[in-house]
Amino acid sequence: MRWLLVKDLQILRRSPLLVALLVVYPLVVALLVGAALSSGPSKPTVAFANLVPPDEAKINVGGRQLDATSYASELFDAVEPIRVDTREQAIAKVRSGEALGALVIPPDVIERLQATLALGGGDPPRVEVYYGAENPLKRRYVKATIAATLADANKALSDEIFKEAARYLNLIVVGGSLSLPVVGDVEILGLRNAQRIIDAAIVGLPRDSSARIALRQVSRFARLAADNLDVSKPILASIGSPVAVREKAIEGSSASLDVFGVEIAVVISLMFLTVLLAAGMLALEREEHAFGRLVRGLVSRTGVLLEKIGLAGLCAWPLAAAMLAVLVAFLDLGWSRTPVWLLALLFAAFAFAALGVAIGGLAREVRAASLLAFMLILPIAALALVPSGAVDSTLYDVMRIVSGAFPFKPALNALDAALSGGELLGPLAHLTGLTAGFALLARLALRRFA
Amino acid sequence: MAASRTEAPEALRAEALSKVYGTRRALQGVSFIAAPGELLAVIGPNGAGKTTLLQILAGALSPTTGTVSLDRGAVGWVPQQPAVYSKLSVRENLRLFARLEKVPDVDATVDRMLEQADVSDRAADAVGTLSDGNRQRVNIAVGLLGDPAVLLLDEPSSSLDPRQRERLWEFVSALAREGGTTVVFSTHNVAEAERYADRLLVLADGELVFAGTPAGLERATGEHDAIDFEGAFVRFLRARGH
Repeated sequence: MRWLLVKDLQILRRSPLLVALLVVYPLVVALLVGAALSSGPSKPTVAFANLVPPDEAKINVGGRQLDATSYASELFDAVEPIRVDTREQAIAKVRSGEALGALVIPPDVIERLQATLALGGGDPPRVEVYYGAENPLKRRYVKATIAATLADANKALSDEIFKEAARYLNLIVVGGSLSLPVVGDVEILGLRNAQRIIDAAIVGLPRDSSARIALRQVSRFARLAADNLDVSKPILASIGSPVAVREKAIEGSSASLDVFGVEIAVVISLMFLTVLLAAGMLALEREEHAFGRLVRGLVSRTGVLLEKIGLAGLCAWPLAAAMLAVLVAFLDLGWSRTPVWLLALLFAAFAFAALGVAIGGLAREVRAASLLAFMLILPIAALALVPSGAVDSTLYDVMRIVSGAFPFKPALNALDAALSGGELLGPLAHLTGLTAGFALLARLALRRFA
Repeated sequence: MAASRTEAPEALRAEALSKVYGTRRALQGVSFIAAPGELLAVIGPNGAGKTTLLQILAGALSPTTGTVSLDRGAVGWVPQQPAVYSKLSVRENLRLFARLEKVPDVDATVDRMLEQADVSDRAADAVGTLSDGNRQRVNIAVGLLGDPAVLLLDEPSSSLDPRQRERLWEFVSALAREGGTTVVFSTHNVAEAERYADRLLVLADGELVFAGTPAGLERATGEHDAIDFEGAFVRFLRARGH
């Protein structure tokens, strides 16, 4: 088996273009995928037309002037705006493809908002959103971004309104000064003060005074009203944000997006290199017509398989390790877990190599094996990256089973556990099982290989 | 006569060999004996079972029934397609297979094979750069590395031009005549078999329909001194329903 290994290394040394392709291609794919996943989506370009005259952009909430258009700045955190002056210009930007969507603030929006806040009835204020229909995915993305941002703006506005409402309530309960237009500052007595005054008045009345009973009722009312209005403040606050969020990850990766991107990049590189190498080198034995000669007493079929698994695994493992080492240094992840991630990569390399020999054994020709490997491993990697909740739960379960039948997902889990200090034994056992399973499949395929 | 036949040394004995693939019988009850230094040609039309027979003799295929008596380690197997690595040089190929064959002195054996196959001057060249003839010589040299008593050649001349074929048969004949190697080869070329083989095995539809000398086959066709031996062979097969 040793001499077969030496022979394969000699063949690889004589095929520099193939080796370069095997190394460079997965590296490029992996870095692109890793960069795409770790950088997140870019801001969509949205045309923005604010038709509200600048001097009418203020709304009055309890005598306080709020600049309604300042809430539009919330939107600009999430989108790249193209400011235009008219609705038609905004729509034209969408039609031309320059913007993915358009947001138009109509001129009457402040008036309607003011009417709504003053409980004056009428239609609530509306903003207009236009989407390009070129690409449903883009349309959904822009729609979701604008909807989420408008929800944030609504929340910010309702917070301001709540603050004003709370101030009013406080004024009614404890009293204070209120500034009114035209009238000026007005002193409000407040329910607590009213109760104190009434209680004092009751004490000064004769015991048999009939006014005592009536005043006691007024005092009780003032106390109850003050107590209940105090309670209503947290209730009002809960209307603005009825559900509070407490975040806690209970399962899966705790890695940051950057580290997750690195893990994916390294595992994709390892997968491509190992699977293609193992599949190609096994199929080459048949293409060179040497397999029949080898297994006629020189090497056993199992020996040939083990040699190919060893060759592919041991060639790809140091490359993946070197790639990960560079990325670990780049992201400053520290070196204390190096032996653990080296072990995870080794198990993953052998599992991918076993998959490779199974493909090579079934395909039997180098070109067919390479094609089959590409056709198989790309969708497997894509399936493994679909997050739960993104698809129907039954479909997700099916995808999880399919992903679990191939080494990509467990390799990703193993590397994640190795880098972040999670539970490693499970993924390693999974990879070992897959290595044995695919090696067995390859051995069966070799029965009709020569 | 019978007594002298049983006392004759045997390099190879095949008895009642059959091979069945599903419902197809590729080989049916084939028996024969080959003596040391004998050149034995296996001829027959396509699908007659020639390659199957040689693969069974080589141990690359198990027979459904029947036995082969020979020392497996003493068999050199040369498949129809050169089974060598085109990216490796001639010497590297020979060295690899010599090591896998566990020959005692690898370098000396390789040098001897390079000389014997007359490819010493191309020893450092990649096999992929050689002509078909030279590649076939390397293929045969690999089969001879273990110094086998029996050499099995599956259609060794099929891809060669007449000149290369002539050189190949000189080389193979020398192995049998001078080295005492028993050579069993299959071929489509009936004239080639008649010219170089000591004995012929004629297979048709998996059955052994003739075993004997080329002269014996001529007699069996009823065309003595036939100029067109191939034509006579075809008529022989037709007469037996093949």
